[in-house]
Amino acid sequence: MESQKKRQAAYMKKNLLDQGYLDEQFAHLEELQDDANPNFVEEVVKSFYTDSARFIRNIEVALENGPYDFTKLDNMMYQFKGSSSSIGARRVKRQCSMFQECCNAKNIEGCRNTFQGVKQEYATLKTKLETYFQMEK
Amino acid sequence: MNLVASSSVSWKSNSNNSDRVEKNEFPAGLRVLVVDDDPTCLRILEKMLRNCHYEVTKSNRAEIALSMLRENRNGFDIVISDVHMPDMDGFKLLEHVGLEMDLPVIMMSADDSKDVVMKGVTHGACDYLIKPVRIEALKNIWQHVIRKKKHEWKDKDFEQSTIVEDGDQHQKPPEDVDYSSSANEGNWKSSKRRKEEEDETEERDDTSTLKKPRVVWSVELHQQFVQAVNQLGIDKAVPKKILELMNVPGLTRENVASHLQKYRLYLRRLSGVSQHQNGLNDSFMGHPEAAYGTMTSFSGLELQALAATGQLPAQSLATFQAAALGRSATKSAISMPLVDQRNLFSFENPKLRYPEGQQQLNNSNKQINLLHGIPTTMEPKQLADLHQSSQSFVAMNMQGNARMQQNNALLMHMSQQQQKQPSRGQMLNESSNGQVSQPPLSMPQPLSSNGIPAAILSRNGIVDNVRGPVYNPVSPASSMVDFSLNQTTELQNSFPLVSSNSGMSTLTSKRLLPEEVNSDIKGSRGFPVGYDIFEELHQQKSQDWGIQNVGSAFGASDHSGIPGTLDVSPSMLVQQGISSMKKNGQNGNSPMGGPQLNLFSGGNLLTVKAEQLPDTSYQSNLFLEQFGQDDLMSAILKQQESVGEVETEFGFDGYPPLDNLPV
Repeated sequence: MESQKKRQAAYMKKNLLDQGYLDEQFAHLEELQDDANPNFVEEVVKSFYTDSARFIRNIEVALENGPYDFTKLDNMMYQFKGSSSSIGARRVKRQCSMFQECCNAKNIEGCRNTFQGVKQEYATLKTKLETYFQMEK
Repeated sequence: MNLVASSSVSWKSNSNNSDRVEKNEFPAGLRVLVVDDDPTCLRILEKMLRNCHYEVTKSNRAEIALSMLRENRNGFDIVISDVHMPDMDGFKLLEHVGLEMDLPVIMMSADDSKDVVMKGVTHGACDYLIKPVRIEALKNIWQHVIRKKKHEWKDKDFEQSTIVEDGDQHQKPPEDVDYSSSANEGNWKSSKRRKEEEDETEERDDTSTLKKPRVVWSVELHQQFVQAVNQLGIDKAVPKKILELMNVPGLTRENVASHLQKYRLYLRRLSGVSQHQNGLNDSFMGHPEAAYGTMTSFSGLELQALAATGQLPAQSLATFQAAALGRSATKSAISMPLVDQRNLFSFENPKLRYPEGQQQLNNSNKQINLLHGIPTTMEPKQLADLHQSSQSFVAMNMQGNARMQQNNALLMHMSQQQQKQPSRGQMLNESSNGQVSQPPLSMPQPLSSNGIPAAILSRNGIVDNVRGPVYNPVSPASSMVDFSLNQTTELQNSFPLVSSNSGMSTLTSKRLLPEEVNSDIKGSRGFPVGYDIFEELHQQKSQDWGIQNVGSAFGASDHSGIPGTLDVSPSMLVQQGISSMKKNGQNGNSPMGGPQLNLFSGGNLLTVKAEQLPDTSYQSNLFLEQFGQDDLMSAILKQQESVGEVETEFGFDGYPPLDNLPV
């Protein structure tokens, strides 16, 4: 049972990496985990969820009504992107970059669309990771 | 400083120093303060630092971090801070910490754009990490602490070291050799060994270094040193023999070795050619900072490449390296496989090294790749300076005359130039005669093979645009030339190359105009002796410039004067130039059509595609043509020989500890 779960967890992680949901940064985090901090990665990821919820909310508000401050939007997304990259959330990060490009182009529709993409990728990753951590336990 | 000593002591004492050090547990216990507004990042960093056995304090607010530091000045060894923080800009925190506590600060950011990294450098960050940060990047941060302390000790009365030696040796100010390279095991071990097992250090003749009073190199002592070196010949001057000749009681071989290293760097800057040391001695004391402080970001790699190719005298290489180190070119920008990149950032005196003006390096940095595609963060002005210096450098090589020696180090000039921004700016302005806008010498192919053409081109006008592509060309020679190229202003005046003096001189530097050369040199202080040469050449030739149109070409983008594509390998040009210069001396009368020109026309050494370099191309073409193939060849060969010799003398591994240089 134990080993099967572990195998499944390993398999899932491999998939997440192969499909680009996560990158090597995630693997580095796992390397940091040790006996003294056995749930380090999960804790970090939970911290990420908290931060992300805040970022997403703020951006959402900023996208609701004009006038649109693209610099501010860009800065907010920059922070979210940094956070995402720190746990290795590759696809989310990419969506964030796309959003930033729209900010640079002052394309509000583009921003909205890419922001939807960010939220979707984030939601997908969150689900997968929750499953993964369940497997690992 | 007691402060330094005590903090160092306390750090060590935290972990049972001697045992820990001996067991190679150092740098465990290093007290790190990490500041980042992102809680996730902060958490990860904290874990990584803990895994490195550091003592971590974290803060997500810069203000809080600053107050922690103020309350407990000796409580931390190093600070790591994010750049973008809501309550305070990371750079501001960096400034505060540097000024108030003088602790090493490492900046971090997801932003790896060169201007931001450069900003970190100019604000005094001892390193810049790109996020996401890996634990490997954090493992070696202790080197910055050691380096800073060592640096401080060096500046202080040596007696303080005795305070430190609590039975446990701390780093000694003395030889920088071990510390100059980045924190790699070997170095640490050797320095540790030195500290702990004095007698066992291979490099040290005497063991009681810790107790030995620091040697102050007074003017007389230095004079004695220089005499001894001259007597032996710079090529043969080894510390042991110098020591014997000097016959100063109490002086150790190590003292001499360290001083010699600095001296060599100084010489390189000044003279490019080891044999010519006339008149350098007296300026030795005063110039180190000039040489090192303003170097633009030459990557050490490039310098080494340059040296390796024999085109750049070892001395210059040292200078460049020193400069590069001092400048700490943006981390991302410079790839130094040969040396740990950290070395670049660990220079301690950011103030020293980054004069105000340099902070403005921004776009030009990215674009200008004076050294083989390595982005140099130089302002256009600085870039121009570099060009000038590079040109002069080339000239120097070619000529090898005493005058050149003074300005030899292209690097030095470059750095000097940078220091003298005002003058540079001037020069740059002048170049506006049309050449400034040149797309950088991006003569892709030709440039790569010809350092010179590129350089020339850049000089012509691309002061601002020294783009990477242009410089990418690659040959070390070209990089040197590049510097000179940036001086568009120079072009106008000078292309001595054009003038047919010994084509060589012109090749290397646009600045052939004597007046200009002088002023350039003075202004920027960075121009290698070459300028002098050019001066001569120019004088002789000014009227004779066969490439009259060149001059106009430069100024007016008139391509008519451009011969076509010259295929000249940069190194060839330089070297040939050198040899021809040597041969021809100030032979200004031979118009372009003279033998010197043959080089290019005859041989396909350099390929300068005229079309690519609107304005600059003229110049490069002009120059190229002037060099006689044979002349250049011999010059190059000679140069290679001499360079080779020079190179062997300098055995410094990695970057010289600039912080040890007298400022």
